[in-house]
Amino acid sequence: MDEQQEIVTEFLIESAENLNQLDQDFVELEQSPDDRELLSSIFRTIHTIKGTCGFLGFHTLEAVTHRAENLLSQLREGERRLTPELTTLLLETVDVVKGILGSIEKTGGEGDDQYSALRERLEAVADAPDGLDAAEAEDDLDEAVEEADDVEAEADSIATAEDDSSSEDDSVVELTPAAARKPAPQAASAAQEHDEERSAHPHRLHAADANIRVDVDLLDSLMNLVGELVLARNQILQYTDTQEDAGFTGASQRLNLITTELQANVMKTRMQPIRIVWSKFPRVVRDLGQSFGKQIELAMEGADTELDKTIIEAIKDPLTHIVRNSCDHGIESPEVRVAAGKPPRGRLLLRAYHEGGQVNIEISDDGGGIDTQRLKQKALQKGLIQPEQAERMNERELLELIFLPGFSTAAKITNVSGRGVGMDVVRTNIEKIGGSIDLHSRLGEGATIKIKIPLTLAIIPALVVTCGGERFAIPQVNLLELVRVEPGQEQQIEQIHGSPVFRLRGKLLPLVFLHEVLQLEPQAEDESVNIIVLQADEQAFGLVVDGVSDTAEIVVKPLSKLLKGISCYAGATIMGDGKVALILDVMGLAQMGGALTETRSHGRSSVESSQDTALDKQAVLLFRCGDRDRLAAPLALVDRLEEFPRDRVERSGGRLVVQYRNRILPLAPLSDTIGGGGGGYDDDKLQAVVFSYGDRRVGVVVDEILDIVEEQIRVRSASSERGIQGTAVVGGKVTEFIDLRSVLAGCDEDWFDGRSEETSQPARVLLVEPSAFARGLMRGDLEGAGYRVVEAIQAEDALSRLRRGEYDLLACSLDLPAPGAAALVERARAQSDHARLPALGLANPGSTTHVPGFDRCLDKFDRSALLRAAEELTAPASEAAGVLR
Amino acid sequence: MNPTAASDAAGEARSRQYATFMVGDLYFGVDVLQVQEVLRYQQMTPVPCADRVIEGLINLRGQIVTAFDVRRRLGLPPRSSDRTPMNVVIRSDDGAVSLLVDEIGDVIEVHPDTFEDPPPTIGRAARDLLYGVYKLEDRLLLALAADKILKV
Repeated sequence: MDEQQEIVTEFLIESAENLNQLDQDFVELEQSPDDRELLSSIFRTIHTIKGTCGFLGFHTLEAVTHRAENLLSQLREGERRLTPELTTLLLETVDVVKGILGSIEKTGGEGDDQYSALRERLEAVADAPDGLDAAEAEDDLDEAVEEADDVEAEADSIATAEDDSSSEDDSVVELTPAAARKPAPQAASAAQEHDEERSAHPHRLHAADANIRVDVDLLDSLMNLVGELVLARNQILQYTDTQEDAGFTGASQRLNLITTELQANVMKTRMQPIRIVWSKFPRVVRDLGQSFGKQIELAMEGADTELDKTIIEAIKDPLTHIVRNSCDHGIESPEVRVAAGKPPRGRLLLRAYHEGGQVNIEISDDGGGIDTQRLKQKALQKGLIQPEQAERMNERELLELIFLPGFSTAAKITNVSGRGVGMDVVRTNIEKIGGSIDLHSRLGEGATIKIKIPLTLAIIPALVVTCGGERFAIPQVNLLELVRVEPGQEQQIEQIHGSPVFRLRGKLLPLVFLHEVLQLEPQAEDESVNIIVLQADEQAFGLVVDGVSDTAEIVVKPLSKLLKGISCYAGATIMGDGKVALILDVMGLAQMGGALTETRSHGRSSVESSQDTALDKQAVLLFRCGDRDRLAAPLALVDRLEEFPRDRVERSGGRLVVQYRNRILPLAPLSDTIGGGGGGYDDDKLQAVVFSYGDRRVGVVVDEILDIVEEQIRVRSASSERGIQGTAVVGGKVTEFIDLRSVLAGCDEDWFDGRSEETSQPARVLLVEPSAFARGLMRGDLEGAGYRVVEAIQAEDALSRLRRGEYDLLACSLDLPAPGAAALVERARAQSDHARLPALGLANPGSTTHVPGFDRCLDKFDRSALLRAAEELTAPASEAAGVLR
Repeated sequence: MNPTAASDAAGEARSRQYATFMVGDLYFGVDVLQVQEVLRYQQMTPVPCADRVIEGLINLRGQIVTAFDVRRRLGLPPRSSDRTPMNVVIRSDDGAVSLLVDEIGDVIEVHPDTFEDPPPTIGRAARDLLYGVYKLEDRLLLALAADKILKV
């Protein structure tokens, strides 16, 4: 069995390496017998070998190592001290293990010797109390030496050629010079046999000798160097064209050839056959077949097809899942198959082949195929699609349903598949590595899943475009087509409410202008417009660029951490001329350009996204309401999460209220503010998020609480929609932050007025904060407390606002870009109107320090401290501020 | 206001070597052990949408290195257009990064006795980026906290 052989070879290579280490470890251990770590390491090695050979069915080896393990465990537990005799015995065991491994490698079997003497001795020592008496020890030693000789003969006969181990054997012999050196006849014959075998296969090297393990980092750096060499070669070749010298031309030709070959070979070092993943499938299929009472035959084609190591890792799980799915849902039980006129034995075929620089993997079965009508019912039942939608869907679209999150067709949940986390995860994982997955099915005849993946992640085909005088690379996986719109052409770019669109074969294609997203000056070569049609998620969009130059195979290099936050770049690459070009991230572009959320206006989002680059680590509560699947609110403002039975909700003065903790809690259905339905009107129970402001509480009614996450949140864009403060990416998904102010104001009119009635003239606060998210939050807090807030994004902005109006408080982020917050305060106070302007420094959580010039510095998300400080600094107008300063 | 960094630099009794360079009329130094290499001006690819301090990306023998404009980071006026900056490539946790400076100086040895914390009167933007000042005989050497420059 081929796969078994594969595993055995791997086992042999690994064991050989470990055993060499063992020799060394034992010797070291003799020097420092109390080294726990060393003992544990030895124990682990023996334990691993024992475990693996048990699994592979090598019972002699298992028995030997098992006994050695017992002994080692006693040593490790401190029940026994290591003596030279014991070391000898253990080293001897190591040699026996090597001997057996050698035999396995040559003949596939363990050989006839049971090594019972050694086993018995190991056992005897393990059973004996600590400190063998001298006579016994000598006895043992004699025996040991005899057997060691025995083993030595064998070990020598095997082409291990390891100096270490043979010198070890020598030292064993030297310990007892009196011992007989006569090799056992059996060992001699074995040695002879081995010798014969060796001469028969002179070319065949020891498994451990034919392979070495290399650090992947080393391979990566080799790849880099070869990339550089290729660039240098290109330059030389260019130069050669202008030269007449035949000798030079010849040499550069040779350089060319060698470089090309070197590049190919270095690439190969990272390649592994797909067999590595497939080899476990026969077992998987067999076991599944048995547990389902099905007969399944597994066939594989193209197991030698090679893929980059990183890709091999990435497809392991998705492939396993698909294979399991096919066995579970695809192939029918023998009775069903016979009734359908098929052979009782089902067939599962795995095929891999290269095509157009990509690797295709097909998993096909001759089972029942996929029943699209059942898919439809299931999807309807789970509420994944609407009935009207279902009617309009064709076969292909119905098949696609299987990739929806939360979809599983298995009637009952088995332990293999059917938990509804199946195919959507598979698809996500495949797409993550730039691949695609496709499903074909014929009812009653079987299904085929076709996966296309790139050969390597490191080198991808890309389209090179220009914009604003710079070159950018776009991965071709995302590319659908190129459209060029000439000036005189009938079809032109049209506008819908300020958003450009293009009619592509009757369908509207939203357009994103690359120069707008990247804020570059367009440098179009002529009047025509180049549209690159790209696929981002389910949405196609057109990217308008200045020019399209070429396609190229590019080497993807990661960007520095500082640039990783910019979502429109996937990395960088070095072009043929040695210059760096940025690789565009199609998803990120679509998001930044607003092609993914239809509600956003085009121009605004591109401006906002570049400004709001501050990162704030924040805990947020995620929930769902109506047709908005992912809403969020800062957890800091949430008091509790509650569930109220429908019948406890009462109406008072046209508002929903509920009795809660001996008080009346007003309820605000979120859908009243943001629209879109939902809000739990129909359910028996209401899910409410209780927000508190001072001693007031309001319950905001939502459909479902999803999660609480804490991460750095990047606010992508502010929103002009009622009740929505802005959009951010949370947990990898676009999430809308609700504007609590308007939501709460909607439910309780005097919510925000209460405060302002007390003070006839509200204090004016200038809030300077680059992060829109933090700004929005603090503005809400301050306004809630009755202040009038004017926002500024940075220092310049703030100064010009200060010149135009009078303020009672400057609340300013300490992380302003140059000239910085301290300079702002200084300059603000240089203005005669604001010479005594109190200043409040807003620090990021955990980094609060006092900055000279500021009257107070605090954590910007500490709401109560913020309000307290604002009150104190503004309260008795200027006197307090004057004293404080 | 950087007690830990300052004591790091001052606490060590033996003298240190600093690679020095000029930005405007300021004389800076970074610990020579942090410096990978010094390069003439390299062709640079700008990164739209990135922080303004990031001048661009350069190809350093196949390695992509992010270049920082030290002038901009310190809030100094931009360098005149007829002068090309030099690259001081330093090692950081995030791979090699390049500091764009006006001129490269010598590697000099400084003694901890001449070290002093940055005076409180210099701007906060600049003070945050310094470990302190070494009082050389003829001028002052500002010990640059390279890792802080990279935090934008």
